[in-house]
Amino acid sequence: MPYTPDKPPLAENSEQLRARIPGWGADLDPADRPAYPRERFDPGASGAHWELPEQQPEKWPRERSIEHLRLTPVFGTSTPPRGLSGAMRKLAYRRWSEGRAAHWLVLLAADRVDTVESTLRSFATTRPDNPVTQTGILSERRHHGVASRVGQNRADVRHQLLDPVIVGAPWVAGGVAAYRLGKRLVRRR
Amino acid sequence: MKAMVYRGPYRVRVEEKDRPVVEHPNDAIVRVTRAAICGSDLHLYHGMMPDTRVGMTFGHEFIGVVDEVGPSVRNLSVGDRVMVPFNVYCGSCFFCARGLYSNCHNVNPNATAVGGIYGYSHTCGGYDGGQSQYVRVPFADVGPSLIPDWMDDEDAVLLTDALSTGYFGAQLADIVEGDVVVVLGAGPVGLYAARSAWLMGAGRVVVVDHLDYRLEKARTFAHAETINFVEHDDVVVHLKKLTDGLGADRVIECVGAEADGNFLQHVTSAKLKLQGGSPVALNWAIDAVRKGGTVSVMGAYGPMFSAVKFGDALNKGLTLRMNQCPVKRQWPRLFEHIRNGYLKPNDIVTHRIPLEHVAEGYHIFSAKLDGCIKPLILVDAA
Repeated sequence: MPYTPDKPPLAENSEQLRARIPGWGADLDPADRPAYPRERFDPGASGAHWELPEQQPEKWPRERSIEHLRLTPVFGTSTPPRGLSGAMRKLAYRRWSEGRAAHWLVLLAADRVDTVESTLRSFATTRPDNPVTQTGILSERRHHGVASRVGQNRADVRHQLLDPVIVGAPWVAGGVAAYRLGKRLVRRR
Repeated sequence: MKAMVYRGPYRVRVEEKDRPVVEHPNDAIVRVTRAAICGSDLHLYHGMMPDTRVGMTFGHEFIGVVDEVGPSVRNLSVGDRVMVPFNVYCGSCFFCARGLYSNCHNVNPNATAVGGIYGYSHTCGGYDGGQSQYVRVPFADVGPSLIPDWMDDEDAVLLTDALSTGYFGAQLADIVEGDVVVVLGAGPVGLYAARSAWLMGAGRVVVVDHLDYRLEKARTFAHAETINFVEHDDVVVHLKKLTDGLGADRVIECVGAEADGNFLQHVTSAKLKLQGGSPVALNWAIDAVRKGGTVSVMGAYGPMFSAVKFGDALNKGLTLRMNQCPVKRQWPRLFEHIRNGYLKPNDIVTHRIPLEHVAEGYHIFSAKLDGCIKPLILVDAA
């Protein structure tokens, strides 16, 4: 009871727990815990044989946080920015620090634009995006989609209905836009 | 080479991509043999992490064989079997020199708040990940370790993040002998955190989730008591009753950005992306821990703001501890625990999926089909 000094008793004492659970108390002493203390100054521990790493060549103007004083010595080179989404990303990095909501909101918006741009771009390739195979939805049948949900008392089932809306909305919106555009062009003729 | 590629929220596929090349003298190129899908990969998959670009390859849990090394690499040779921590880190910056490998300042130009992580958006440095036949591994003399001969490949891949993170979470909880420890979330990290809490001397471990099959695993794998929060009108009140009104001494939050249990919070964050993450589990942790207690946060959140009950954390005098796990620091001790039989990491693996079927793998994990707890990807079968 929190109203009196003593802690509520446990169902099992340490000896009983040690007998029941393999390894119980092996790290009882904080000195045996690798995360303790949190900071240990030991520059030689990592295996690094440099004080400042050599600079990786910059093959395009690498977007970076304005909180950095320089381009980091090493960086990822996956998926360089391109198109409208790339311009939005470059703006987000150039204009706002990590402390500003605008920085993250523009990056999130760029992600959505990137999805639309990439999907449209895929239609000009031999392998257009395919929402059926890419969502893995066919695994529902082979992996007991109904039995995994019905009667399982799961908290997430209610909002899983939103997932297809999120995936499908851009396709529906794109279809509607294409239909309206087509209709307008036909009328002009 | 074949690689998993992100195509937009809830959509991935396998594509032919160029094999990565050495871009820095201390790079290695690793031929991946096993990878895993992490619960945090689902945040990317669901479009929650800012600057997740179409075309990126995910995967920060992987092992493989060294295929090529850069001219300054001393510690690895072609043909070595290696396990690679999810952290990309230089080993020499202000933070790495103090053991904070997950907070490296030399590898992520996109953000100063977070270090580098393989295959985890440009917010974490823009590195392609290991759900692929080949992957570029920067700072090969610092991050990767040789896989010991006695170690199972599946255990090795689980050590690259999930097990190390769970063990780290138990350590950050500052457990002392006889503590009552509540673990929120019975996913891989939560299961490992619960199991690790006993190593630290916990007197009682309680795991909370809403998926019965995972709670069953918490009982058998982690020897924990379990609570399905769906069965309780207010799980915080139930946890208080379990502890005679005191609250838990330590709470380890292993849920993160897509926490369920509050429809509004979940939808505004996970679906509408208006918060950096759903703070449901974090708020339960703050409410369920006793005054003066410790909350250890292992759940992953985005960089945006979340509606966290900070006032109660202050009023209760809580210690909030958190970080991305500096993985390699955990390994020597975890190797001992595995060899001693105290931890059996691959007991939680439920699915082994060939790389070609990665889209189905993501859906099965995301939708929690077929009792999925931890899916591995068989890359060398591709």
